[in-house]
Amino acid sequence: MTAFASHYSYWITVLLMAAGLYIMIARGNLVKKLIGLSIFQTSVYLLYIAPGKLIGGTAPIVSEAYKVYSNPLPHVLILTAIVVGIATLALGLAIVVRIREAYGSIEEDEIVAADAGRGDRQ
Amino acid sequence: MMAATVLAIVVQRNLFSVVVLAGVYSFLMATVLVALDAVDVAMTEASVGAGISTVLLLGALYLCGGEEAKPTPRAWLPLAVTLVIVGALVYGTHGLPAFSDPLAPIHTHVVPRYLGQALAETGVPNVVTAVLASYRGYDTLGETVVVFTAGIGVIALLRRLRRGKKEEE
Amino acid sequence: MRREPVLRVVGKLLIPYMLVFALYVQFHGDFGPGGGFQAGVIAAAAIIFYALIFGLPAARRLVPEWLVETMVAAGAFLYLAVGFAGLALGGNFLDYFVLDRDPVAGQHRGIFWVELGVLITVSGVMLKIFYMFAGRQREG
Repeated sequence: MTAFASHYSYWITVLLMAAGLYIMIARGNLVKKLIGLSIFQTSVYLLYIAPGKLIGGTAPIVSEAYKVYSNPLPHVLILTAIVVGIATLALGLAIVVRIREAYGSIEEDEIVAADAGRGDRQ
Repeated sequence: MMAATVLAIVVQRNLFSVVVLAGVYSFLMATVLVALDAVDVAMTEASVGAGISTVLLLGALYLCGGEEAKPTPRAWLPLAVTLVIVGALVYGTHGLPAFSDPLAPIHTHVVPRYLGQALAETGVPNVVTAVLASYRGYDTLGETVVVFTAGIGVIALLRRLRRGKKEEE
Repeated sequence: MRREPVLRVVGKLLIPYMLVFALYVQFHGDFGPGGGFQAGVIAAAAIIFYALIFGLPAARRLVPEWLVETMVAAGAFLYLAVGFAGLALGGNFLDYFVLDRDPVAGQHRGIFWVELGVLITVSGVMLKIFYMFAGRQREG
């Protein structure tokens, strides 16, 4: 089962991605959906960083004592991705707060029903 | 452990415990990232995911209310969709290179040049900072503008135009 | 929480260290893990901690709204200014080697100012978002 040891990191990534995706599509609460989105994003970080690791290497800070370094390029991409992720989360939460004030609830079913009931009243 | 935390997040309905579990999950992710030698990323994930993200979620929860409704009876459809996607992704991962393979394409194109020349060209030993601020500085400019836009967006959404706030100065 | 003595004492001990640690992470980012984003978030977290213990009005007195809003824009503006300085001094946009006679020292200067811009914007935005969420009254 050498495929297990060599691809284990990918399977963990897929599991976390699936959990995040399931939370996003199966739960109606808006805040929980946003948390699912954030879990999905962290699984993508793992997807990028795990292949960059070299066993026996060290963090990519150049120094005299080490010869083998792990790949710094995914680190740069994911650093940007983490900051963009939290920007998205902050904006999403601001929208959820406004929805709560406008509709009185943050459950997707109740909001859709309220919209259908109101017709085209603003 | 991360899998257990995530499953608990899926099942839990009390939103406060979901937020705390999300913070736990972020910390575990940061630990895994340190084990993968991604120290810069781990520091960012720990401070952003477990710190700021938890604070914002708690603030939003205070303004919104803390319990989730029961799941709808048609819950098997999203589960089926998710399982199909999992199957497709696992099938796809067989084509990816093995863990820690030095001949994988990710290690052989641009990275030897960055690792070899970063200290000589920029005088900065931390290659991640050198790439982020100098070699790929344009992307970091874009990221800073994204953060700025998020700030402006939140100001625009949550600003109150009437002077009704009660604050004790 | 203002009346809890343990929180007040621990807060007063920890918050200066957190701010100094943020500055350490910022300036040591060249030699170890760190850099603008981490430092900005840690600095914002220190002020948020202060706001949680001593109350939002106290934090608003410490770091007023106009200062935070200026910080949000000033950091991105600083980054762009470094880019245009490179343009004005003869290179392309965001070239650092033209900023000094010695190209490597020019890189150092460019990276220093750019990371400072990132620090200012990130800490300003995080703090402003916290102020907006925490300052809003809960309705019905």
